[in-house]
Amino acid sequence: MKIFEYLFMFLVFPGFIFSSTIGLLAGWVDRKLTARVQWRVGPPWYQNFVDVIKLLFYKETLIPVNVSKPIFLGMPLLSLASATIVSTILLVISRFPQAGFLGDLIVVIYLLMIPAIALMLGAFASENPLASLGASREMKLMLAYELPFIISVLVPVIKCGYAIKVGDIITYQSLHGHIIAGASGVISFIVMLLCVQAKLGFAPFDMPEAETEIMAGSYIEYSGKALGVFKLSKAILLFVLPVLMIILYFGGIGFDVETFIKNVAGYLAILAAIVVIKNTNPRVRIDQAVRFFWGPVTALAIISAVLAYFGY
Amino acid sequence: MGLKEKILTKSLYVFHLSSGSCNNCDIEILDCLTPRYDLERFGIVLVGSVKHADALLCTGSTNRLCVPRIKKLYEMMPKPGFVIAWGACGSSRGVFKDSYNTGSPLDEIIPVDLYIPGCPPKPEAVIAGVKKLLDKVNAVKKK
Repeated sequence: MKIFEYLFMFLVFPGFIFSSTIGLLAGWVDRKLTARVQWRVGPPWYQNFVDVIKLLFYKETLIPVNVSKPIFLGMPLLSLASATIVSTILLVISRFPQAGFLGDLIVVIYLLMIPAIALMLGAFASENPLASLGASREMKLMLAYELPFIISVLVPVIKCGYAIKVGDIITYQSLHGHIIAGASGVISFIVMLLCVQAKLGFAPFDMPEAETEIMAGSYIEYSGKALGVFKLSKAILLFVLPVLMIILYFGGIGFDVETFIKNVAGYLAILAAIVVIKNTNPRVRIDQAVRFFWGPVTALAIISAVLAYFGY
Repeated sequence: MGLKEKILTKSLYVFHLSSGSCNNCDIEILDCLTPRYDLERFGIVLVGSVKHADALLCTGSTNRLCVPRIKKLYEMMPKPGFVIAWGACGSSRGVFKDSYNTGSPLDEIIPVDLYIPGCPPKPEAVIAGVKKLLDKVNAVKKK
């Protein structure tokens, strides 16, 4: 019964239930750490679960009058589905490196783009001027960060002998040492950290949902279940993007005790870095963000790719 | 206390609506989120859009221009939702009771669940008031 096995993988482990649980816990780490940075106490560990359950089961879902319902309500589901598929692909492949297919790294990069596109389409469909403003900022931000993101993904690809299978990258690193050990690895890791910051929509790149200027931006018309599903997909992204970084730079997720502890420590370190960057930087304007990503960040990414080509 | 009440009381998203206040109450709302009082401990956060909110927090003396907007915002809030009248003006129009441009008090416009008196209310009064609101949510279940 192959189909049930796949369904189990997608829905329970390592797909939807597992990754959303870890993602919501990571969201709590984010909130708690933010509170500690600001010298507050912060919410209890179950806070994000309570929030999402409240939105999913106990709140009314309002639909604006003139919107196209399939797009307005379908986009949260699309976002959740693509985030879940990425987490399934990445975790299954790190357990069985040969399970992938040719070009699954490219599929992962594409699927990681879809939550942002879905948010954009949903916001445009909601016919709210502030939502459109948020969506247009989201689009510009996406154009800005995708370029350095893809170039920095090229570094592991080049260093692993032009492998575009996630499994090959993991196997290469277990034989020849981690990508992060080289100069190119360090530079492209920093670039990717900045791009992940923008992908997650955290400060300083949180202008698509700037609460103080455009009132939650793209999310403004979403309520109840639709908002809850968006929150879940953001939680899954908070889990998946650091995992992608661990796979590309630290040799993948191990399942023996020692590597597993190392992976958890690495994941928490990346999460802490993201949260600290979020808390110590003000929001930048969208033109500043585009200039930042297309200027110095892309230059760094190209330098790292060139270094990787010459074997450093 | 059922699961629904437990969930609703543990996570309260608050939308702040200023209907012509003198800005003093609005500053006091921010005080509740600062390190000394930190309402996020109880899962209370301020949200930007009324469609995310569980509670509508009204400050100010509800002048005539604001009345239709208050009604509209109340209708836009997804239910179950609560209304909190904040400060002397929000509860009863305060010193602006006989003014020409304050039409009617807030509780004649929309149903109010909780009054927090004070000019402005101290953060301690706010926490005590929120406790009363949560008790009220639990009491609904018992009836």
